[in-house]
Amino acid sequence: MKKTLFDKVWDSHVVKSIDQGPDVLFIDRHMVHEVTSPVAFLGLKNRKLPVLYPERTFATADHNTPTINQHLPVADPLSRNQLKALEENANEHGISYWGLGHQKNGIVHVVGPEYGITQPGATIVCGDSHTSTHGAFGAIAFGIGTSEVEMVLATQCIMQPKPKKMRITMNGSLNKGVTPKDVALFIISKLTTSGATGYFVEYAGEVFEDLSMEGRMTVCNLSIEMGARGGMIAPDKKTFDYIKDREFTPKGSDWTKAMKYWKTLHTDEGAAFDKEFTYDGAEIDPMITFGTNPGMGMSITKAIPSASDIEGGKTTYEKSLEYMGYKEGEHMVGKPIDYVFIGSCTNGRIEDFRAFASIVKGHKRAKNVTAWLVPGSHKVLNAIKDEGLLDVFEAAEFKLREPGCSACLAMNDDKIPAGKYAVSTSNRNFEGRQGPGSRTLLASPLVAAAAAITGKITDPRTLI
Amino acid sequence: MAYDSFNILTSTAVPLPIENVDTDQIIPARFLKATERKGFGDNLFRDWRYNQDDSPKTDFVLNNSTYSGKILVGGRNFGSGSSREHAAWAIYDYGFRCVVSSFFADIFRNNCLNIGVLPVQVSPEFLNQIFEVIEQDPDTTLTVDLLNQKITLGAAEASENFEINSYKKENLLNGYDDIDYLNNIKTQIKDFASNTPL
Repeated sequence: MKKTLFDKVWDSHVVKSIDQGPDVLFIDRHMVHEVTSPVAFLGLKNRKLPVLYPERTFATADHNTPTINQHLPVADPLSRNQLKALEENANEHGISYWGLGHQKNGIVHVVGPEYGITQPGATIVCGDSHTSTHGAFGAIAFGIGTSEVEMVLATQCIMQPKPKKMRITMNGSLNKGVTPKDVALFIISKLTTSGATGYFVEYAGEVFEDLSMEGRMTVCNLSIEMGARGGMIAPDKKTFDYIKDREFTPKGSDWTKAMKYWKTLHTDEGAAFDKEFTYDGAEIDPMITFGTNPGMGMSITKAIPSASDIEGGKTTYEKSLEYMGYKEGEHMVGKPIDYVFIGSCTNGRIEDFRAFASIVKGHKRAKNVTAWLVPGSHKVLNAIKDEGLLDVFEAAEFKLREPGCSACLAMNDDKIPAGKYAVSTSNRNFEGRQGPGSRTLLASPLVAAAAAITGKITDPRTLI
Repeated sequence: MAYDSFNILTSTAVPLPIENVDTDQIIPARFLKATERKGFGDNLFRDWRYNQDDSPKTDFVLNNSTYSGKILVGGRNFGSGSSREHAAWAIYDYGFRCVVSSFFADIFRNNCLNIGVLPVQVSPEFLNQIFEVIEQDPDTTLTVDLLNQKITLGAAEASENFEINSYKKENLLNGYDDIDYLNNIKTQIKDFASNTPL
């Protein structure tokens, strides 16, 4: 039978199928962070269950950590307590723990690939919806709830019905100034935030083949924003080159054996998908969002659509624009902004900081802009220094912070104040996502950089 | 028994006719710092429910004493965004046992099922009818009958069948959860694991 990439990985991990019910799916690798795991560990304690395979779980602290003065005790007692709980739980159960200050610490979806925990053909879960990031390597990776975190700790399995399959094919090549973030925001603007709900997506075609691993991670990361559980890209030479010799990837004869299997991980010619979409990479411009969900995005050159041109609820649309302080028909370019955030599991990798540096080099930060530059991990932070990007940022009057999720979800002190506009390279522009009353404009690192030096929304192509 | 079992629920309902209600609205990230599952209901819809000075926003439905009940009725694509199970916990802790919508986000639906809150997906037409009827008469009840997979508006004013897979249905009817099931097949899981290298 002809199989898709998704079928091959899913089917090989089914321990048992329940008639008219879910599959029992074996999980190869599990990542935990401080926010969605404590209640799961508590559940284990109440049921008097051990962690079945502690060597398959990896813990890092990221959501709730400060991004300045990480060497000092965490000031917020609730955050401190949550971090302490993770450390204690990891130690008690023999789980690797990369806490605050650890050289391997960083955002869970940034460090997983960096250390080779993420591998082709694996099933990977984490109590975080952006676990879809790891699909860039040809893994089935998706976010789960805390009850499921407990299941994985206790039994290394979860129970879910097999999702339907969608393929998004994009051929052609991307224009100047168009990044993987724009590709993802473009697709979400076409499909809406629920267009892929119930599906697992495979990204195929020249555009995705041409992307770097970092770029593929950005695209797969945003799969959840169109409702999909996850997205994946067939592994190729770029994938294998990226993971080779990383700490947790197989070595020697195990590598050779793994490669033999990994090379079978592609969709068979003629395999069937439940839904297919095809786009041309050349039709994409730099994108920006104007509303309160990631589907409300458009080319940076366009005007905000009127409610009558939008499918679905007029009331919801108008509520959204009112929150943003925008009106139908207004152009985005030229609108003033207050904050710029570059970072997160979406755009917190070295390539993103290179892109940001390419625009700000030789310029100065606009006086009206507060900018937070937050690397996704210590590895990224070190690369920023080693490559001389820090010098570029400092010359342009930007400061670099320490790794963490930061203003993406504003659980720590990195909160955008009420009513202020932030051009953000993160993944969600929901009401209050970056702080109560904050207004988020999702965009690429290039658009963020252009906004940071001009103080307003600017088409980055005018600066390249 | 992992949670309360669910059989038939008859209750008035709270209408929230907004689409794409994301889990950041259901419970904002700054309220996710607990290490125990306690008190999340206090912060359910925090920023829609309270002003920044913590005074209630009078125009929000949870602050409107006209509406109450154990059933929350939301617009299309309810529960999108973050996987935080805290959203389902907050809904449960506030007192809801069932959420009705014409479309649910995937992870949120799963989370609800895993803690014993029943997500009931109805047609867009039926959802509109529910909103219209309960807005006209907030004392109208909805009856959700899990065994027969049927939701009825008022005194049989209208009804619709809903889908749920038979495994999850059985779990909810009995208050079992997946760990109960998985624990019983641990030998099979261990056999599988021994053939699956790390």
